[in-house]
Amino acid sequence: MSRSSSFPKRLPLALAFCGLIVALSPAAAQQKEEEPFWAIGRPKTNADAMKMSPVPAFPVPTPADKLPIGKIKVPPGFKVEVWASNILDARGMRQGDKGTVFVSSLFVAGKIYAVTDKGGKREVKTIAEKLMLPNGIEFHKGSLYVATPKEITRYDDIEAKLDNPPKPVVVYDKLPGDVPHGWKFIKIGPDGKLYFPVGAPCNICDPDDRHAQIFRMNLDGTGVEPVVKGVRNTVGFDWHPKTKELWFGDNGRDWLSEDLPNCELNHVTKVGQHFGFPYCHQGSIADPQFGWGKSCDDFVKPALLLGAHAAPLGMRFYTGKMFPAKYRNAIFLTRHGPWNRTKKYAADVVAVFIDGKGNARMEPFLTGLVENNQYLGRPADVLVLKDGSLLVSDDHNGAIYRVSYGK
Amino acid sequence: MRSPVFAALLLFATNALAIGPGQAELCFACHGRGGVSTTPLTPSLGGQPSFFVVAQLFLFRDNRRGNSAAAMVEIARGMSDDDLRAWGEFVSKLPPPAPPASPPDVTRVARARTLLEREHCAACHNPDFSGREQVPRLANQREDYLVKALRDYKSGARIGYGNAAMAEAVSGLADSELLDLAHFLAFFPAGAAQTNSSR
Repeated sequence: MSRSSSFPKRLPLALAFCGLIVALSPAAAQQKEEEPFWAIGRPKTNADAMKMSPVPAFPVPTPADKLPIGKIKVPPGFKVEVWASNILDARGMRQGDKGTVFVSSLFVAGKIYAVTDKGGKREVKTIAEKLMLPNGIEFHKGSLYVATPKEITRYDDIEAKLDNPPKPVVVYDKLPGDVPHGWKFIKIGPDGKLYFPVGAPCNICDPDDRHAQIFRMNLDGTGVEPVVKGVRNTVGFDWHPKTKELWFGDNGRDWLSEDLPNCELNHVTKVGQHFGFPYCHQGSIADPQFGWGKSCDDFVKPALLLGAHAAPLGMRFYTGKMFPAKYRNAIFLTRHGPWNRTKKYAADVVAVFIDGKGNARMEPFLTGLVENNQYLGRPADVLVLKDGSLLVSDDHNGAIYRVSYGK
Repeated sequence: MRSPVFAALLLFATNALAIGPGQAELCFACHGRGGVSTTPLTPSLGGQPSFFVVAQLFLFRDNRRGNSAAAMVEIARGMSDDDLRAWGEFVSKLPPPAPPASPPDVTRVARARTLLEREHCAACHNPDFSGREQVPRLANQREDYLVKALRDYKSGARIGYGNAAMAEAVSGLADSELLDLAHFLAFFPAGAAQTNSSR
């Protein structure tokens, strides 16, 4: 009766937020006296702080007729509808050449799904399961790339084989494999290279040169090189359609205070730039432990502060034609909403507008998912469909919404 | 053991949205009439938050609750998401168990109160230990089961749903402290009047 599987049974289920998520690393599971990494630094004498921990997603998807669609607000002229439901732990989204929407998941499900349109109805298939935190996916030339904390694999010609997926080809299997901030967001850049982060294996620590960076490599797994440093945990990045420069979200440290630090939106102008972690947070606060003798002026400052513990996840520049002109080349960015803050907020999609000088400002786009200090849903990634409408995944409810404009 | 399990699977296959009396009997066979357990090391069910029940059944279904959960893994295997929700609703509406008729050990109760305060147990489990969302009800649970659960969290044999909060919470506690906590929670509220009269 034992179901053999590679799924890490000791892995607690939970979601990532601005900071931390939740889980025991294999090492921590052996040393039982250790705290889970998200709890390290928590002020133990404070009852409100002791109440906080990463917020788990629901263990079953919310039925379609119970989704909080009626609560969601979008700007005038826009419409939001349920595009697909019953996708446990729906996180990252990528669209294949033939229209398939691939969906990743994280702690709760450990699966990769394929969603296809069957005469206006969505059909959901599980194409891989029992994977370790398979948050990172990318589609390129017929292949689906899947990244776990340990390895990046490739499913070739996947859209022709949804009912009988091929064995994945290993692209790269030398990743450190940590649970803390080891899950990935991956994307192929304008230079044709695959970009992947390796987050800090902790809430706050001075990481070695294998961590807290964004790397890139050739699509065959060769030529791995660092792109930027001082990155705590990025779960979303994209390239500006005009300048081709990389922009990325970064999740700030936990337990510093209710209102600090802000999570960051960063703008890369040069390979090798350092964005501050663990020495400097939000471009202006030296870390109380690691910041001594350091100056925030020695690091690249964020382009935009995204809110305390706001938890930026997936983001995409809008290149569609359906939305009004002001959204062209703007960023749609999901804020998963904080766990490490007693007052919950965000759990939204913001639009970030960037001017010719690289100045960024944001405004709310999809809101309404926080009620009575609880999350009704939590956006995790966005995807611009070929028709210019925007999909928004909600891992809390296991659903995908579609935002469209006009009649 | 096999036949009730197969019977359970057949019943679950009907995908019932409401739990019928016949189905509930299968739970009660081990978990006690009305969900008040008289079986060693088997928890009472009544009054558990629906989310907690769904999350645990989910973990059983995925075989992620460790080696001592074989019977529940077998039972949960055939359940649909709707079944999980239906059982969550059903169990959450069963009446909570009552405190034991015998008096608690006041010395252990006093030690446990200090521990509960220091470890902020009520922050998640509620001041009346009724639980909420993925956090279980503890009040008047079977003492032997509470001891088992606490030890399993401490040893790493059991993980929580979500965030390993319990592994952390019990990591610094001695086994004797786990025993005191279990004793107090089983007898909750073990109030001053009751404990005075018991001595």
